[in-house]
Amino acid sequence: MATHNHHNRVIHAMFDDDHRLLDAAKVLVAQGIRIKEVYSPFPIHGIDPVIGVKRTRLAVVSFMFGAAGLSLALLGMWYFMIYDWPMNIGGKPSFSLMENLPAFIPVAFEFTVFCAAHGMALTYMLRNGTLPGMQAVNPDPRTTDDKFVMEITDADNQDLNADDLNTMLKNAGAIEINQKDLSR
Amino acid sequence: MHKEAAIRQALILGDKSYHDITVDVVGPIENKAPTAWYVLITIAGLIALWGLGCITYLISTGIGVWGLNKTVGWAWDITNFVWWVGIGHAGTLISAVLLLFRQKWRMAINRSAEAMTIFAVMMAALFPGIHMGRIWVAYWVLPLPNTFGSLWVNFNSPLLWDVFAISTYFSVSLVFWYIGLIPDFATIRDRMSKPLAKKIYGLLSFGWSGKAKNWTRFEEVSLVLAGLATPLVFSVHSIVSMDFATSVIPGWHTTIFPPYFVSGAVFSGFAMVLTLLLIMRKVMKLENYITIKHVEYMNIVIIVTGSIVGVAYLTELFISWYSGVEYESYAFINRFSGPYMWSYFAMMTCNVISPQLLWFKKIRTSLTATFILSIVVNIGMWFERFVIIVTSLHRDYVPSSWSMFYPTWVDVGIFVGTIGIFFTLFLLFARFFPVLALNELKTILKVSGEKYKNEDHH
Repeated sequence: MATHNHHNRVIHAMFDDDHRLLDAAKVLVAQGIRIKEVYSPFPIHGIDPVIGVKRTRLAVVSFMFGAAGLSLALLGMWYFMIYDWPMNIGGKPSFSLMENLPAFIPVAFEFTVFCAAHGMALTYMLRNGTLPGMQAVNPDPRTTDDKFVMEITDADNQDLNADDLNTMLKNAGAIEINQKDLSR
Repeated sequence: MHKEAAIRQALILGDKSYHDITVDVVGPIENKAPTAWYVLITIAGLIALWGLGCITYLISTGIGVWGLNKTVGWAWDITNFVWWVGIGHAGTLISAVLLLFRQKWRMAINRSAEAMTIFAVMMAALFPGIHMGRIWVAYWVLPLPNTFGSLWVNFNSPLLWDVFAISTYFSVSLVFWYIGLIPDFATIRDRMSKPLAKKIYGLLSFGWSGKAKNWTRFEEVSLVLAGLATPLVFSVHSIVSMDFATSVIPGWHTTIFPPYFVSGAVFSGFAMVLTLLLIMRKVMKLENYITIKHVEYMNIVIIVTGSIVGVAYLTELFISWYSGVEYESYAFINRFSGPYMWSYFAMMTCNVISPQLLWFKKIRTSLTATFILSIVVNIGMWFERFVIIVTSLHRDYVPSSWSMFYPTWVDVGIFVGTIGIFFTLFLLFARFFPVLALNELKTILKVSGEKYKNEDHH
């Protein structure tokens, strides 16, 4: 059995093409290497299942916020217009929520969309950690321009052989490989 | 990977790489602004200041300084409101509806169209605000309890529906726009060398790092927001039309108003997008991204929506006679033969006849012709709202109260002023913000880029 190395390295492999990174990721994962993160200037379609990123549930969040918004709007309009202070406006009295419903549809719809959109947007910002004042963590400024970086760590991969990995990455088309040792 | 037929024209012209797209879009932000920009923003800024002055005068004096009278209680203010809201429809339509229909050509135009939407809705929202007379109690439109001096707001009223529609539309469009801007701000942040600019764009980018999970979420959020914004776009102008349609004024009480207003809104919105983009692509040298094909696609939308509007005008006219209601017929006879017939014919010429010229391929692919027609359409759409609002009101049920509406210098001043404010905001946007969704464009480079398409062929 190989000796355990007690490094705590972070390896950043840079590619200049999204498809080359995707192919490289497939090769590495097939070798049992876990890829911690991929930084890219735009979404690389098909990378998620390869590096084990699960599908986001933000759509469900949006639906729940929307449902809450709809209920709140109906409850509010029932309270204002039917329960608290019913008024006969233009011969159209307010007897019950059901009888007044047609007039309540526009506001109910708008408020549903309002809550669904803002609730989801807020959740998105919080889950992403993209909020005013946050610091960017992309390893290289070029990853928001035209370069694609793969992050592999010792913490995720026991017995990582740096030489083998370098050869593998080079063969897969990495143009730059940077290694940082956090344990030192 | 997304595939595209070889016969489809390329959406990104020239031999571009990912890096070239970044440079082409971020370059104008990093470099000094051209002299033309300073000239334009000075003019727009002066007009905006004039407009703000008129608004201050209006609020401090009262809405009596407008040309309104007892018969015509709504005129330029609401005309301008509907006109600006209509213009504000293209942005979200382009970014939401075209996203759902997977129209890749939207990517070159959605950012600036959305900016235009946001600024136009701001201008629109100004008008009901200043029309209240006592703008300092504008918060009474919110459902606040009786102790504030008012009863609960009336949820049966289309005017209140409008409050909800416009505020939802504005805030959702803003969020949609900003979520798309975040990754592009990150690109600028990582390129900037000046410390202050780097810091500002760093703040604006919210620490975006472009992780795989962030992108998955980004795409999901864009899709769901597009799904939410699509019915929203249609609802907003439908609700605006209900301000009129639910009343009992002949000429307003019309069931075709919602679809008629929505297509009119898309029509004028696309025209305004063309007006702005034709200048912008030239000044900022974006001809490789906003191509003749993009202009042609937008012109096709203009023919379709313009024709729908034309059919709606004729339907209205026919029904006013066919209904046998004398008030309704008179409202329309008065429109085309009364004292405001000039505005009716201006509307018909600009909105029904002029867009039909776009059936000719030569005209719809000519930038000069498109530019002129886009302005003609927006003039026509302003007249449409003026015709609907003023000609329906000025001769009502009681002939003794018939009157005319003449705008005062304050009416004109505020309208012109909002155009100045709008252009000031848009010029600031064009100078400091990424005017194309540059990172989104990179995703279609390999499928729709000219160089890549030609390589596939061989």
